Amino acid sequence: MIECRNITKIYKSEAGETIALRGVSFKIKDGEFVAIIGPSGSGKSTLMHILGALDTPTSGQYLLNNQDVAKFSDDELADIRKNQIGFVFQSFNLLPRTTVLRNVMLPLVYANVTKEERELRAKTALTNAGFDQSHFYHLSNQLSGGQMQRVAIARALVNNPTLILADEPTGNLDSKTGDIVLETFQKLNEQGRTIILITHEKYIAEHAKRVIEIKDGEIVEDRPAQSSTAARRIKE
Amino acid sequence: MLINDLFQETSSALLANKARSGLTILGIVIGIGSVIAMISVGQGAQSSIQSNIEALGSNLIMVMPGAQRSFGTQVQMQRGSAQTLTLEDAEAIAAEVDTVKAVAPQTSGRYQVTAKGTNTNTSVTGITPSYLEVRNLEIDSGSFISEQNVSKTAKVAVIGPTVSEDLFGEGADPVGQTIRINKINFKVIGVTKSKGGSGMTNQDDIILIPVSTAQQFLTGNKYVSTIYVSAIDQDSMTEAQNDITSLLLSRHNVSVADFSIMNQSDIIASASSITNTLTILLGAIAGISLVVGGIGIMNMMLTTVTERTREIGLRKAIGAKKKDISSQFLVEAVMLTFIGGIVGIVLGWVLAWGVSYFGSITTKVSITSILLAVGVSAAIGIIFGYYPARKASKLNPIEALRYE
Ligand SMILES: Nc1ncnc2c1ncn2[C@@H]1O[C@H](COP(=O)(O)OP(=O)(O)OP(=O)(O)O)[C@@H](O)[C@H]1O
Ligand SMILES: [Mg+2]
Repeated sequence: MIECRNITKIYKSEAGETIALRGVSFKIKDGEFVAIIGPSGSGKSTLMHILGALDTPTSGQYLLNNQDVAKFSDDELADIRKNQIGFVFQSFNLLPRTTVLRNVMLPLVYANVTKEERELRAKTALTNAGFDQSHFYHLSNQLSGGQMQRVAIARALVNNPTLILADEPTGNLDSKTGDIVLETFQKLNEQGRTIILITHEKYIAEHAKRVIEIKDGEIVEDRPAQSSTAARRIKE
Repeated sequence: MLINDLFQETSSALLANKARSGLTILGIVIGIGSVIAMISVGQGAQSSIQSNIEALGSNLIMVMPGAQRSFGTQVQMQRGSAQTLTLEDAEAIAAEVDTVKAVAPQTSGRYQVTAKGTNTNTSVTGITPSYLEVRNLEIDSGSFISEQNVSKTAKVAVIGPTVSEDLFGEGADPVGQTIRINKINFKVIGVTKSKGGSGMTNQDDIILIPVSTAQQFLTGNKYVSTIYVSAIDQDSMTEAQNDITSLLLSRHNVSVADFSIMNQSDIIASASSITNTLTILLGAIAGISLVVGGIGIMNMMLTTVTERTREIGLRKAIGAKKKDISSQFLVEAVMLTFIGGIVGIVLGWVLAWGVSYFGSITTKVSITSILLAVGVSAAIGIIFGYYPARKASKLNPIEALRYE
């Protein structure tokens, strides 16, 4: 269960203040599949960092499982990220000069998982993310953008998180692999995981069950996705 | 994070930048190596001086002409030109002090010595037969100087193995041959057994002649340069020293001593205080290079932390705690110093060996200096690695991920 109460985020720099989020409030229940959509610079990534307990809001409250994240220490937040959250960063953030497999295994290193199990889980996650087996031992900086993206997705899945945050996970993928990735997210959602997907493509957003649209750091729309309304309509 | 992973991360991080890691390690290698080599020189000097002094004889007391001056605890001899001790003083000590076992007066100087065209410049010492006992000498071939030789001012000489080799060549038997000291012919009657030692105190590079002969033909006066006295045992050293002092004071009819008196442990103590200072000084000079090496480690670690800021951010984002990050960088620094330390010990050992082999200075690599070096290098790794590691662990993950 996720709850944002009137969250604002202001970046201060030499160039002046940037208000990235202005009073954002919403709730996401466990097991939801939400797409956050909005134009570039609207504050989507900023919001994702706050939802992932990576960054703190300037004002307002962020409650994760009914607990105020502001009350946790850095190490407690690290534990939450390690055990409950999987990130797919917009810029992938893979370790350079390191093999695909090691990149995916990295979260498990900090979770003290044995070597054998790490490898097994990493390979499963890579396959689920649609990554080709022949490239498991390639170095991360020798991959194409789409391949890197799938490695980043596999890394987010490998620790079996209950909350998956994906920032433009299909941005670099052709529509076919994009669909594979979206299917994976849908499957994970069916298993009961909460998924928050950030995108600026309407088409992708409709794969989710709920769409939150933000503009200039404010929520302008919060509605069920068309696919689910369509599905519901058929049922009726 | 498991220990295995920590080492794997560390070694791949160090191997990723071989040249930089290598140079940083080299700094530590030079530091540790020079500390070990320098300390080995100091300790070698200490042990060789000590064994030379011990080789002089046991329970030995030395009486020398000239007043004694003291600077704090340090005793200084004033040998030089003062001429106050005579053969009669020595005889009186032997006769009147009962804690004395043997007395050996001597007078010495350096002279040109020739034999069959070869020549050498060495120390010629006028002695009495008791010299043999007092100085723990042994005769290798021939005989030693006798009472008769002394009373008859015989022109006979006992030579050390080094002199024998210099004058007659290796393996030759010089007994019965003639040598010329200061243009006076002496007959060689014996050769002493080798006692080792080196430099100024080489006890194999000596020529011994009767003290009476030396006074008459070489120095031309009735004085002696040193009276060696051996006490009957260790415990009676102080008593013997006191008795000799009062005896000589009354014989010379003075109230302030015109001679100085020392025992072996005084000399060893004052010599070791000098060599200790030398060891510390040498160690400290080398220690500076160790500190420079440590700064090299810190420099490299700071660069690494900056270079890997994004990586640190990512690790933190996926659940690494402060401790995970700081231990990763700390282990890297310690690993660098550890490798440097091991190689440095080997280098120091080789250097110490080289110094004693080519420079003919005694060196001694002690366990203490190795332990010291290992301890210091580990401490350097931790101290100089701590700051960069802490800096890395405190990075904010989002800011670190954005770092360019
Ligand atoms: N670290 C920062 N310092 C200063 N300003 C920032 C920082 N991060 C983001 N911003 C600003 O906050 C605003 C929102 O940025 P954010 O990255 O959340 O946008 P976004 O919706 O993810 O855009 P995109 O779709 O292009 O990824 C932007 O105007 C951006 O310039
Ligand atoms: Mg973004």
